[in-house]
Amino acid sequence: MPRKGEGATEQLEADQVLSVRGLSIVYATRRGPVQAVRDVSFDLRRGETLAIIGESGSGKTTMAVSLVRLSPRTARITKGHILYRKGDETIDVASLGDSDLREFRWSECAMVFQAALNSFNPVISIWEQFLDTGRAHGMMRTDDVRTRSGELLSLVNLDPGRVLGAYPHELSGGMKQRVLIALSLLLKPPIIILDEPTTALDILTQRAIIDLLRRLREQLGFSMIFISHDLSLAAELADRVITMYAGTVVERANVKDLFYRPRHPYSMGLLRAVPRVTGALGSVASIAGSPPDLIHLPEGCTYNPRCPFVIDECKLREPDLLAVDMPQHDARCIRWKHVAEMIGTDEAAVAEKMAAKA
Amino acid sequence: MTVVVSGDVTVQGEPLIELVGVTREFKTPGGAIKAVERVSLALGQSEAMCLVGESGCGKTTTGRLLAGLIRPTSGQLLFEGKDVWKAKGDELARFRRSVQLVHQDPYASLNPIRTVYQTLSAPLFRHHKARGRRAAVGVASELLQRVGLTPPADFLVKYPHQLSGGQRQRVSIARALSVDPRVIVADEAVSMVDVSIRISLLNLLLALRDEFRVTIVLITHDLAVARYFARRGRIGVMYLGRVVELGRSELVVGDPAHPYSAALVAAIPEADPTLTRSKERVELRSAEVPSLLRLPTGCAFHPRCPLFEEGLCDVKVPALLQIGEAREVACHVAVRERVPAAELLAAH
Amino acid sequence: MSVAAIARPTMRARITGPLASTADFLRLLSRKPLGMVGLAGVLFFVVLAFIVPIFVPYQDFVDVKAIYQPPSAAHPLGTDSSGRDVWNQIINGGRDILTVGLIAGFFSTLIAVTFGSLAAVVGGKLDALISGAADFWLTIPHIPIIVLLGSILKFNSIFVIAGFLALLAWAGLLRQVRAQVLSLKERDYVEAARSLDLGVFHIIFREILPNMRSYIVIHFILAMTAAIYGVAGLTILGLIPLSGQNWGLMLNFAYVRGALYFRDSLWYILSPVLAIVLFQLSLVWLASALEDIFNPRLRSSG
Repeated sequence: MPRKGEGATEQLEADQVLSVRGLSIVYATRRGPVQAVRDVSFDLRRGETLAIIGESGSGKTTMAVSLVRLSPRTARITKGHILYRKGDETIDVASLGDSDLREFRWSECAMVFQAALNSFNPVISIWEQFLDTGRAHGMMRTDDVRTRSGELLSLVNLDPGRVLGAYPHELSGGMKQRVLIALSLLLKPPIIILDEPTTALDILTQRAIIDLLRRLREQLGFSMIFISHDLSLAAELADRVITMYAGTVVERANVKDLFYRPRHPYSMGLLRAVPRVTGALGSVASIAGSPPDLIHLPEGCTYNPRCPFVIDECKLREPDLLAVDMPQHDARCIRWKHVAEMIGTDEAAVAEKMAAKA
Repeated sequence: MTVVVSGDVTVQGEPLIELVGVTREFKTPGGAIKAVERVSLALGQSEAMCLVGESGCGKTTTGRLLAGLIRPTSGQLLFEGKDVWKAKGDELARFRRSVQLVHQDPYASLNPIRTVYQTLSAPLFRHHKARGRRAAVGVASELLQRVGLTPPADFLVKYPHQLSGGQRQRVSIARALSVDPRVIVADEAVSMVDVSIRISLLNLLLALRDEFRVTIVLITHDLAVARYFARRGRIGVMYLGRVVELGRSELVVGDPAHPYSAALVAAIPEADPTLTRSKERVELRSAEVPSLLRLPTGCAFHPRCPLFEEGLCDVKVPALLQIGEAREVACHVAVRERVPAAELLAAH
Repeated sequence: MSVAAIARPTMRARITGPLASTADFLRLLSRKPLGMVGLAGVLFFVVLAFIVPIFVPYQDFVDVKAIYQPPSAAHPLGTDSSGRDVWNQIINGGRDILTVGLIAGFFSTLIAVTFGSLAAVVGGKLDALISGAADFWLTIPHIPIIVLLGSILKFNSIFVIAGFLALLAWAGLLRQVRAQVLSLKERDYVEAARSLDLGVFHIIFREILPNMRSYIVIHFILAMTAAIYGVAGLTILGLIPLSGQNWGLMLNFAYVRGALYFRDSLWYILSPVLAIVLFQLSLVWLASALEDIFNPRLRSSG
């Protein structure tokens, strides 16, 4: 029976299933402590899909992994809460003990790792993987695990007879990703977190995984958080999108607002940097410069060295998340109004709008 | 005289580099596979071309065949009209310099224990492009400036681990340029680089093409990158070791001639919610990708193809034939109807 | 920045570079107690064997009254069967053994690295030839060969012995070097070097081998230990007709003079044994610590 973590003085609303408040994570490295995640806050509602978009060094994976407390030992949560609503109670995942954590993981919140990155034990079969996972989280009867894994594999369009007896290296990338998704559903968790679910997969396989996730979400009704550098994935599946840069949230919005009406220069730059296949190419351009060194962050707003709209005030202090002209939409930028002027409110891609302006 | 498309203008002339009916076999534990089968590809000078396909399609092998890093099992590689593999020692080495490869992984493409200067100066000294250190520093600095790494002196002294992924790729490109190549094969050169700077690398390659009149072949699995890079050139689509479509990029992407290309274009997710959620999919008959060990008979795509015609597609291998101006496709149905597959599928 | 500064990376650049400078290296080593002990031990014995004898020459007087004395103030490790000071013999007895170890280790590493990398990079017939030779050599029983050659050749100089021991050890190391080089050869930057036509010499000595520095150093150390055991063992068994003083000979004399059967001669026997064993241990501990240090994951990043 999970106990309330200290600090969970707040109760979540009935339709809020997860709420991250002011989360900060520090990594100990040989060059000194690295602020991998700084003051990240967001909410997840029941049945909602949230996309966390960021590039290398943004802190997105560090943060996602910490939601299930699977961070390496060198990473520490220094501040903040991860509030989770279980039934009528609210618990703080950040302060759960080991046994409570084990109960939390997989039955409340399961994680789907990147299939390409050795997420399987190479010397045991897929069936043994299911059995181990089931047993580790309380499913004691082998028959139960067998029935359930058969169901789940069929659910993800795999043939249980063929896959259960196989070893990881015998499966293709797409098949492995499906198995990982099936594994995550073993205990019917209300929340699934996916880390780069379509990276390193072929186009047609990606499409199959995206359609699969959409279908599963409709059928089973879970909430989903996925982390990716791939904006198109967010465009396909997300209800809400968060962009992260240098360890913190720089923009939070509904999916259409983010893609058509971004208010942070980084989101805008990111959208302009991704060429489209169908539809007009528009004005496509890269973002100048490179991501910052997390040990030596720039003074003031961390994006200022690369920002086309930078003014002196930007270098003084890092802005808070400010509400912008759209509902439920925040941007960490003091010049968001300027961005709003450039982009307007039309429902069209940023690259196209910029081309029209040129 | 081969007609070669270059930019907006159709150029007539001899191709610079050409693969003629090239097949390359590999022995695997399961048996022999044909990574590339009877591929013919002609490239003109100053052309920007993209080879696209999913994993196992043979695009990387084709790139390495073009660069002379591996030898065809059958077929010819012609450079300036001459058979490369029949050339003797010196000429083969000279050819190898003329075609340079830029690798995918920025973390593996540079020797970690050599500075940028050491990496760039080695070919300069070896091929007498610079005599003495002063000259080498000068030429290396120029190269770095051309690839956008300024001020050069800052970068020359750095070791690879002190550079970002994008910067390392630029150094790789500079290294390739140091021997005055005629062709650069960029094998997934932007795939492992941050999304936000891919465009700048692609623009760099295109600018180099204009400035140095180098032919650039970009190999990628990302159709969006391919369309951007080759937007005034050609795209070649490969499937299971064969070229299935070859033509102007706007046409291949906008009105694909081969059902596989059509399926790819329809399947790719776009960074635009309304667009991507309303895209028409191309339903394939099967989701399974055949193994190269057991290629389907006839057209390799037939088990999955929505335009499949029994007795035709599973019997005869379709040849890459012209279906319009500067457009080739390897599909019996499309060629017979003289209509791109995309239009046939829409009517389906 | 001057041309010279660019062309030759400065010490500063090297310190931040992937190579550990002396300071960085010592700092990493200080985290490994066994490694520090190993380094201290190696230094101690090197000084003892090469430098101390300059000041403390061999005392060759026989004192019949002081046979097999236990340790005392005058004789820290006791005396031998002729009343000679054992400690003095230990001081003067290391030089030959360590020299042989060093030279044999160096030559076997040199042969293995040169031919192993050539075989891997050039491939084809040359590879078949070199690998075949190494495989053949590995199957030959060494002791009978030594005994045979011992009766034919003259093992009268350290260098001959060292060279000979090097010849015995090169084959195994060559196979390992070849395997390592074969894997490094597949790296993208090596392929780029081939494509740029930089030449076999450049590829081996400028691209591949420098990336194997740590590997080579560690193997050199281990080759040294093998050579030392080799020469000590052979000397003890009397198969090498070396004169002079060395630890192996001390044990040979002990064996020949029947010291093994006396209790009083314990120190005479133990001293050279301990000397050899402690030195070998130091080498092995140092090598093991070096292996950890050179692990890329521990390297300082830029």
